[in-house]
Amino acid sequence: MTQAFRSADRGRVDRTRPLRFSFDGRSYEGLSGDSLASALLANGVHLMGRSFKYHRPRGVLAAGAEEPSALVSVRRDAARYTPNLRATQVELYDGLEAHSQNRWPSLSFDVGAISDLLSPLFPAGFYYKTFMWPRGGWKALYEPCIRAAAGLGRAPREVDPDRYANRYAHCDVLVVGGGPAGLAAALAAADRGARVMLCDEQAQLGGSLLAEASGDPTDAWLARSIESLRAHARVTLLSRTTAFGYFPHNLIALNQRLTDHLENPRAGQTRERCWQVRARQVVLATGAIERPLVFPGNDRPGIMLAAAARSFLNRYAVVPGTRAVVIAACDEAYRAAIELHQAGVAIAMIGDVRARADGDWPEAARRAGLPVQTHTTVLGTEGRLRIKAARLLRLDTERRPIGAIQSHACDLLLMSGGFTPSVHLHSQSRGKLAWDQRVQGFIPAQAAERVRSAGSCRGVFSLAAAIEDGADAGSSAAGDAAACTTAFPAAPDSSRAAPDGAMAGYAGALPQPQAAPGSKAFVDWQNDVTTRDLALALREGFVSIEHIKRYTTAGMATDQGKTSNLNALGFVSQRLDKAIAEVGLTTFRMPYTPVTFGSFAGFARGELFDPVRTTPIHEWAVQHGAVFEDVALWKRARHFPQDGEDLHAAVARECRAVRGGCGIFDASTLGKIEVVGRDAVTFMNRMYANAWTSLAVGRCRYGVLLREDGFVLDDGVVARTAEDRFHVTTTTGGAPRVLALMEDYLQTEWPELQVWLTSTTEQWAVIALQGPNSRRVLQYLVQDVDLSAAAMPHMSVARGAICGVPALVFRVSFTGELGFEVNVPADYALAVWAAIYEAGAAHGITAYGTEAMHVLRAEKGYIIIGQETDGTATADDVGLGWAVSKLKPDFVGKRSLARLAMSAPDRRQLVGLLTSDPQLVLEEGAQVMLSSGQRPPARPIGHVTSSYYSATRERSIALAMVAGGRSRVGQTLCVAATSGDVPVQVTSPVFFDPEGKRLDG
Amino acid sequence: MVDLSALRRPPIIAASPMLRLQPPAARHILRAAPAVLEAAGEALGLSLSMPVCRASIAATRAALWLGPDERLLLGEASSAIETARRLQQALQQQPHSLVDVSHRQVAFAITGPQAATVLAAGCPLDLDPGAFPVGMCTRTVLAKAEIVLWRRADDGFHLEVWRSFAAYVSGVLAEAARDLADT
Amino acid sequence: MLLISCPYCGARPELEFTHAGQAHLARAREPAAVGAQDWADFLYMRDNTRGVHAERWRHTHGCGRFFNALRDTTSDHFVATYRVGEPPPQGAA
Ligand SMILES: [Zn+2]
Repeated sequence: MTQAFRSADRGRVDRTRPLRFSFDGRSYEGLSGDSLASALLANGVHLMGRSFKYHRPRGVLAAGAEEPSALVSVRRDAARYTPNLRATQVELYDGLEAHSQNRWPSLSFDVGAISDLLSPLFPAGFYYKTFMWPRGGWKALYEPCIRAAAGLGRAPREVDPDRYANRYAHCDVLVVGGGPAGLAAALAAADRGARVMLCDEQAQLGGSLLAEASGDPTDAWLARSIESLRAHARVTLLSRTTAFGYFPHNLIALNQRLTDHLENPRAGQTRERCWQVRARQVVLATGAIERPLVFPGNDRPGIMLAAAARSFLNRYAVVPGTRAVVIAACDEAYRAAIELHQAGVAIAMIGDVRARADGDWPEAARRAGLPVQTHTTVLGTEGRLRIKAARLLRLDTERRPIGAIQSHACDLLLMSGGFTPSVHLHSQSRGKLAWDQRVQGFIPAQAAERVRSAGSCRGVFSLAAAIEDGADAGSSAAGDAAACTTAFPAAPDSSRAAPDGAMAGYAGALPQPQAAPGSKAFVDWQNDVTTRDLALALREGFVSIEHIKRYTTAGMATDQGKTSNLNALGFVSQRLDKAIAEVGLTTFRMPYTPVTFGSFAGFARGELFDPVRTTPIHEWAVQHGAVFEDVALWKRARHFPQDGEDLHAAVARECRAVRGGCGIFDASTLGKIEVVGRDAVTFMNRMYANAWTSLAVGRCRYGVLLREDGFVLDDGVVARTAEDRFHVTTTTGGAPRVLALMEDYLQTEWPELQVWLTSTTEQWAVIALQGPNSRRVLQYLVQDVDLSAAAMPHMSVARGAICGVPALVFRVSFTGELGFEVNVPADYALAVWAAIYEAGAAHGITAYGTEAMHVLRAEKGYIIIGQETDGTATADDVGLGWAVSKLKPDFVGKRSLARLAMSAPDRRQLVGLLTSDPQLVLEEGAQVMLSSGQRPPARPIGHVTSSYYSATRERSIALAMVAGGRSRVGQTLCVAATSGDVPVQVTSPVFFDPEGKRLDG
Repeated sequence: MVDLSALRRPPIIAASPMLRLQPPAARHILRAAPAVLEAAGEALGLSLSMPVCRASIAATRAALWLGPDERLLLGEASSAIETARRLQQALQQQPHSLVDVSHRQVAFAITGPQAATVLAAGCPLDLDPGAFPVGMCTRTVLAKAEIVLWRRADDGFHLEVWRSFAAYVSGVLAEAARDLADT
Repeated sequence: MLLISCPYCGARPELEFTHAGQAHLARAREPAAVGAQDWADFLYMRDNTRGVHAERWRHTHGCGRFFNALRDTTSDHFVATYRVGEPPPQGAA
């Protein structure tokens, strides 16, 4: 059976280009221009999926983005497997492989369908009520089982091999939607000279016009409009592009799909491009979505929206059935009935829900001899994998039966409950919505951005009016864009909205003469929410629509209730006997339709996920086998293992080399700020806790920077390189924070100071030489610098050269050894490093990494910001009280130090900890307890901040912050460890060379 | 004694058809009040009192407005010492800050009819010539990195970026160029 | 992403800016003279305005300047932006 349901003469598909595709392993033929849904229907396949909760057989309800049921997975290869696609939006290509979801073992025989029979057990809120016992059962047992049984497609496990892209764009007028109103808006705006962008989610522009019979007079208008838009140089047309999010200040996110429709995408071709468009003005022409009707058994395959049937027939050349029952609450259904009748479909009955049906289309249907009756409701339907019959009954206004129950055999049921304007984006923009009685829907009211709505998304349904509406919106948007108007457009005039009756439709559940136990009338197809669930929520006392939505999950599926929200509101309004406008509306959120993670990520994956900052010496470290660690965005060499050394062995060797000879270390990542100006010293005095006036040119000082609340923010060596110039260093991660804080004070509190800041972090590479031999290594390489102890004491700085390259040489130490830090302009650093390393060979020079650096400084009790400090430590807490000036009247943080709590005796203070087992290395972060064996809730009195094995001391060492720690030196405390409590002795935090003799080599 | 002064090593970057790493240059950040900037401009022979977000050029020198009190001075690599000498002389007692940042950042030229579109992959500014005309310059962002962007021609941009971000920025622009091939 | 008008550079995307907390909280010229409660208020107490709020931004990846803004916290729309040292525009809030 090949395309038995293909119309011979209708449609916009290309009959000369047949395409093969498969669905659940079975091969079919379709045509170029088909969607997967239309191609399946052409082959008589209506069963396309199983429902989320009850596993009910489902067909296709709609023809576009709003489709809630026909969700499929499309597979290109193991890694290219996309779940949860709407079959109505999947463009057919040759070889397309699609699979149904949420069924086992097969779509037509699904074991999970037993949940349909057990459905009395799964009412709304059943999760909350049923799975309460035993404790822990939810995570271990219930949730995994429920997730396995209910749900959508599976996510691929492989890395996504496709490329994704980002692009920013700017325009005067962005038009969302390429239907008649959108095209008219874009044309009008372009004609006024505006820079225009127009996007549409479909492959072709035209919107609702594509569902008109080909050869319709609108065809010419469509072709002409597209042609003249293409001719405008300042117009960008984006098809297959969904505007999925509306963000503040007219930033609209678009997702453009570039390859999913292609049979053979090029290797490396961009799959999706995420656009962020900043538009001066926006015109929303997003159309309207037809509402289903709510009656028992309204979800069987073969039941679809009337407009969807028109679209399948007129656009895709598919005759979706042979004998149809049409249920109308809106005149649009009659058009569908007439066109299907003309295409050879027998119309068993047009049952109108309304009391009257005397518009143009109903009259035309009657003239065509189609059976029409008013006052109709649907009692139920029959058929398992496809509808077989519908049972209708006429009810008078008092809900009394008129005549007998009718049973109409059919394989197709069309319904039209009217049209719901697509106000998603207007609502996302925080614009107000207003209930419109004539439209029987919410339409855009006062805008909260520079945005207008045009056409059926604001209830202007007739084609001529929608085109006029679009043109007006486009023209005024272009005018406002040119005038750079910042005001929001006034609430639009709603006089163009649909006239009473013809289009208004119906919201809620169709009336039933009596309760029909066991039947299900679906409100939300995708989340399997029925009228019974909503009724239960109301019975249980939920009255807010937001609560009802969450309790029943109505409108919370991936389609966000495009076909269900208004019916849910209508139902609640019927039951509460309140107008829909009073029931209110739930919030619309982005994305309008699901967007791939790839599109959000764009370029930001793999190596480009974040900037990877490397120093000028990085190459050398790579060549010498360094293992790197991430510090802020930097890659830093952590250690340089040799001959299969592990971390421990490498660090021990590196530490011994520094203490015994000379180590070389890349400290280039240190933040550096040049503070220059005649008020430089005044500024330093106000910023830092230290005193700076007495610091002579050519000397350095360890600086402590506090926040205004008195806690330590950062530290670093500061050199005075001229009367009016300081070279300030910061921690690696703290550089931007410190510079921003300094700029803040300078610009906002002390604008009178004549001083300026410039970051030189990346101007200078820093090569640290530490160890008793460091002077010997350097002395023959430097020019114009006297490295002798007399000329260059500890904490001094000199300008000169090294290997012919200008250099700033510091005598500083973060290891407790004699040490120098050579600053050279970055481009020279690699060559200078290599030259020093070569010259150092005779002195046992050893490259060491950040791990050895950490151990060496911990042996000396030097703190690391962010390790010993955590934003609640004062300088005194971490043993830096000596650095805080007692004489300066003010500096940042000083006033806060006078608060009583800042000098409380039980503050946590920096101490050393020694375990009785010298091989046992404590865990960093472990809690320090007064005694062992305490039961919860035990109160810790401190925590371990740094803990290492010290090769120098040949034992473990640890730093800790302990309450009243300095007065506890000598005490035995206890550290909680995973292996049991560990007794520790409190010591001074300086484990090595407490007199500091080694600083002089 | 080894002399390495000829041995400069620029950062490693990703190759891309529209992107060229520029040769080393002399770069200074000059910060001062408007009157002092004006005097400094006279000493260098180009205006430092340009409008907001604009560059001025004279012979081999250029000055870019980065902030109300901040200019980026660009010149040939060999001119660094001369620039500093001239400014020190001219500004002797006038409060200012002059800092050599020649090695802090590198420059790329991005050229071709698609230059603005490539940049739009990561730069959120409107790069239409009407909104970002030739001669405009500003600090901004490219994806997750800070850059200085200067339009030198309708289809040519000069981009300055801190050294350690050069690999990232060139990588993003290479990806963007690849995406353009699919437009 | 907001569009923020820097008083120096004009309208720029939010990505270039850093939010810097409530505006018009001046640090005392002589903090030592400030009482404990007032100092604690200065450090920690902030308005939580529903409506027009005066706040600071910095055009970090632009001209680098801090400036003040009046933003409606219910709509995210800016009523005004103005330079440090200038009073809020008349009639703005
Ligand atoms: Zn600015």
